[in-house]
Amino acid sequence: MLQTLSSTTPPVIESGNQTKTRARVSRDDRNTAGHPFVDKPRMSCRDVNVYYGDKKAINSVSIDIAENEVLAMIGPSGCGKSTFLRCLNRMNDTIAICRVDGTIKLDDQDIYDKKIDVVPLRAQVGMVFQKPNPFPKSIYENVAYGPRIHGLADAKTELDAIVERSLIKAGLWDEVKDRLDQPGTGLSGGQQQRLCIARAIAVGPEVILMDEPCSALDPIATATIEELISELKLQYTIVIVTHNMQQAARVSQRTAYFHLGDLLEVGQTDKLFTRPSHQLTEDYITGRFG
Amino acid sequence: MSTEKTMHIVQRGLGKRYRQEKIFKLMGLSAILFSLAFLVFLFSSIFLNGYKAFYQTAVSIDIFFDPAVLEVKDPASANYNGLIKESLRNAFPEVKKRKQKKNLYGLVSTSASFHLRDMVLADPGLVGQTKTIWLLADDDVDMLMKSYIDRDLPQADRRMNDLEISWVDKLIAEGRVTSRFNIGFFTNGDSREPESAGIMGAAMGSMYMLAITLALAFPIGIGAAIYLEEFAVKNRLTDIIEVNINNLAAVPSIVFGLLGLAVFLNFFELPRSAPLVGGLVLFLMTLPTIIITGRVALQSVPPSIREAALGIGASKMQAVFHHVLPLAMPGMLTGTIIGMARALGESAPLLMIGMVAFIVDIPTGITDPATALPVQIYLWADSPERAFVERTSAAIMVLLTFLILMNGTAVYLRSKFERRW
Ligand SMILES: Nc1ncnc2c1ncn2[C@@H]1O[C@H](COP(=O)(O)OP(=O)(O)OP(=O)(O)O)[C@@H](O)[C@H]1O
Ligand SMILES: [Mg+2]
Repeated sequence: MLQTLSSTTPPVIESGNQTKTRARVSRDDRNTAGHPFVDKPRMSCRDVNVYYGDKKAINSVSIDIAENEVLAMIGPSGCGKSTFLRCLNRMNDTIAICRVDGTIKLDDQDIYDKKIDVVPLRAQVGMVFQKPNPFPKSIYENVAYGPRIHGLADAKTELDAIVERSLIKAGLWDEVKDRLDQPGTGLSGGQQQRLCIARAIAVGPEVILMDEPCSALDPIATATIEELISELKLQYTIVIVTHNMQQAARVSQRTAYFHLGDLLEVGQTDKLFTRPSHQLTEDYITGRFG
Repeated sequence: MSTEKTMHIVQRGLGKRYRQEKIFKLMGLSAILFSLAFLVFLFSSIFLNGYKAFYQTAVSIDIFFDPAVLEVKDPASANYNGLIKESLRNAFPEVKKRKQKKNLYGLVSTSASFHLRDMVLADPGLVGQTKTIWLLADDDVDMLMKSYIDRDLPQADRRMNDLEISWVDKLIAEGRVTSRFNIGFFTNGDSREPESAGIMGAAMGSMYMLAITLALAFPIGIGAAIYLEEFAVKNRLTDIIEVNINNLAAVPSIVFGLLGLAVFLNFFELPRSAPLVGGLVLFLMTLPTIIITGRVALQSVPPSIREAALGIGASKMQAVFHHVLPLAMPGMLTGTIIGMARALGESAPLLMIGMVAFIVDIPTGITDPATALPVQIYLWADSPERAFVERTSAAIMVLLTFLILMNGTAVYLRSKFERRW
C-alpha cells in the first residue's frame, strides 16, 4: 500500500523520503519525513496552509489518507491537529477568521472548490468531537436527525432500521434498545460518545473524523471505543486525533506527527513508535516534551 | 520552611480571615433586610390605602317605576333621574328647601340612573311597579362609611354637613345602607364620579397596547437576535449596529414618546391617544431589550450543539432552528416577558402621544382612544377627591399583580428549562 514516491509528490517532500534507514532527521528540519503518500488515497491533501487571522496555524501540510485505514494524528498541544482535522470536512468554515489554502481532495474532488456544497460533504465526512455532544433530545432523535434532514429514509420503518443499524454498529444497541425515547444526555459519558458515533454513522459517511474522542472518558469506556474503532475501520476510513500514544499504537495503522503547525513525520504506526526518523518525533514519543 | 511552621502561620491568620468573612456576610444581610423593609413599607402603604376601594357603599331606595315618566317614545332616554329624586323626596318628606333637596339628591351617585335604565330596558314589565333597589351611593357617603370623613370636625371643614350626615344615619338605622364588592371598579371605564370610576378602560388600553408590542417586538426582536448572533458576519457595520442597539436600550423612555409623537402622529398621522400608537412606541422601546436578551440566550447555548448539528451535515439554518433556538427559547421568552412587564409599567412615553386624556368609553379596538393602567394611576393620583386616592392605590395593586404575575412566569420559565445539556 505504501509507496516511496507518488507521482503527485511535491519536491519538498523528497528529502523526507530519503531517510529510510534510521538516519535521524535533525530537529531543525521542517519537512515531512516518512511516507505521507499512498497508492489509492481516499483523501489527499497538498500544501495545506491554515491561518487564523494573520497567524499561521498549519504550514504546508501534504498527506494522503488511505481507504479503510485508521490514521492517528499526534503531537504536542496547540500544534494544529484539531485545526487540520477540521479542514477535512470544512468545519473550519464556521470560524470567521479561519482561512485555508492548498488542495484537499476527497475521491479526486476538491472539497474547497467553490462549487462544493458543505452540507453533503459533511454527510460524507462525519465528525466525532472531543466532548460527547449529544443533542438534548431522545436517543432515537439523536440518531435519526441526520438521516431525516438528508432525506435518507422515506418511511418510519426505514428510519427505525437506520437507527437500529447505526446503534448496533456503534455497539450501543443492547444498552439502549429499551429506552430509545429517553434523553441522550442521560447516558454515561462513554455511552454518549458512542451515541455520537452512531449519529455520525447514521448518515452513511465514508470518512469519520475523531478529535480526541476518548479524552473525556474513563479507561473502560475508552477501551470500548477503541474496540469499536477497530471494527469500524473495516467499513470506514478513520482519522483520529489523540494525546494518548498507547491509543494511537493500539488503533491506528499509520500515524502522523504534528509539531507547531508542521507535519514532521508520517509512517506505519509500529515503525513510527519503534524507529522514528525525525529527532523531534522521537523526543515526543519518548516523553521528552509534549 | 517546615510544615509545622507553615501551619502556624496559617493558623495565625485564620481568625482574621473568618472575621472578615463574617463582617461581609453581615453587611450583605443588612443590605437585603434594608431593601426588604422598604418593600414591605411600600406594599403595605399601598395596600392600606387601597384595599377599601374593593368595597363600596350602596343605599336601598323604594323606586316607583312611574308609567307617566317611562312610557315615552324612547324608554332609553326617559328621565330616570327624576324617578330617583322622587323616591328620595318621598323617603325624606321633611326636606323642603331647594338647596337641601339638591344635597339630598346628592346622596345617590349620578350613575344610578343608568342602572335603572338598564333594568327597565332589560325588563319592561317593571313599569308601574314599586321596587326596593340598591343604588350606588355617592362617593361622599362612601367616604363617610369608610370613616374617611371625620364627624368631629366643625361642619365647615368637612365635605358633608350635619344634615346630610343625619340623613345617612337615618338610612343606616333603617338598614338601607350596605357595603358590597366593588364590581364596577373592574368593569367600568374612567369617570368624573369616583364611585363609578373603574380600571377596565385603562386595562383594555394596556392590553391592546401590549398585544401590539408583543406581536411586533417578539418576532422582530428574536429574528434580529438570531441574525446578528448566528448569521451576520462580524465586521465594522455589525459592530456599529451592536453598539447602537445597546445604546438604544439605555435611551430614556420619554424620548421614544417624542419619537412616536413626531413620526407616528405628525408624519404618519395615526390617531392620537390610540393603543396602536402606544403599542408602536412601546415596541420600539422594548425591541433593544429583547434583541439583547435574545442574543445572550443564544450565546448561552454551548457551541458543541452547533458543531454537532453542522458535523452531520445540517445547514446553518437547520442547526439554528432545530437545535440552538429551542434551547435558547426559554431565555428569550424570559427576556420578552421582562420587556413586556417594563412596557406595561411605562407611562412617560404615553403622555407624549396623548394617551393621558380623560376617556370614559372602554376601547374596543386598537384605534379607539384609550389610556393605560399606569397613566390611569397618574390621572387619579392627580384628582382631589378622597375616593380617588383609594382608587389610585387599588389600581396600583392591580398593576402590581399583573407585573408580579409576568415576572413570576419569567422566573418559572427560567428555572424550569434551565440547563438541559
Ligand atoms: N478559533 C481559533 N482562533 C484563533 N486561533 C486558534 C483557533 N483555534 C485554534 N487556534 C490556534 O491554532 C493553533 C492550533 O490549534 P489546535 O486547536 O488545532 O491545536 P491542537 O493540536 O488540536 O491542540 P490540542 O492538542 O490542545 O487540542 C493554536 O496555536 C491555537 O491557538
Ligand atoms: Mg485539539
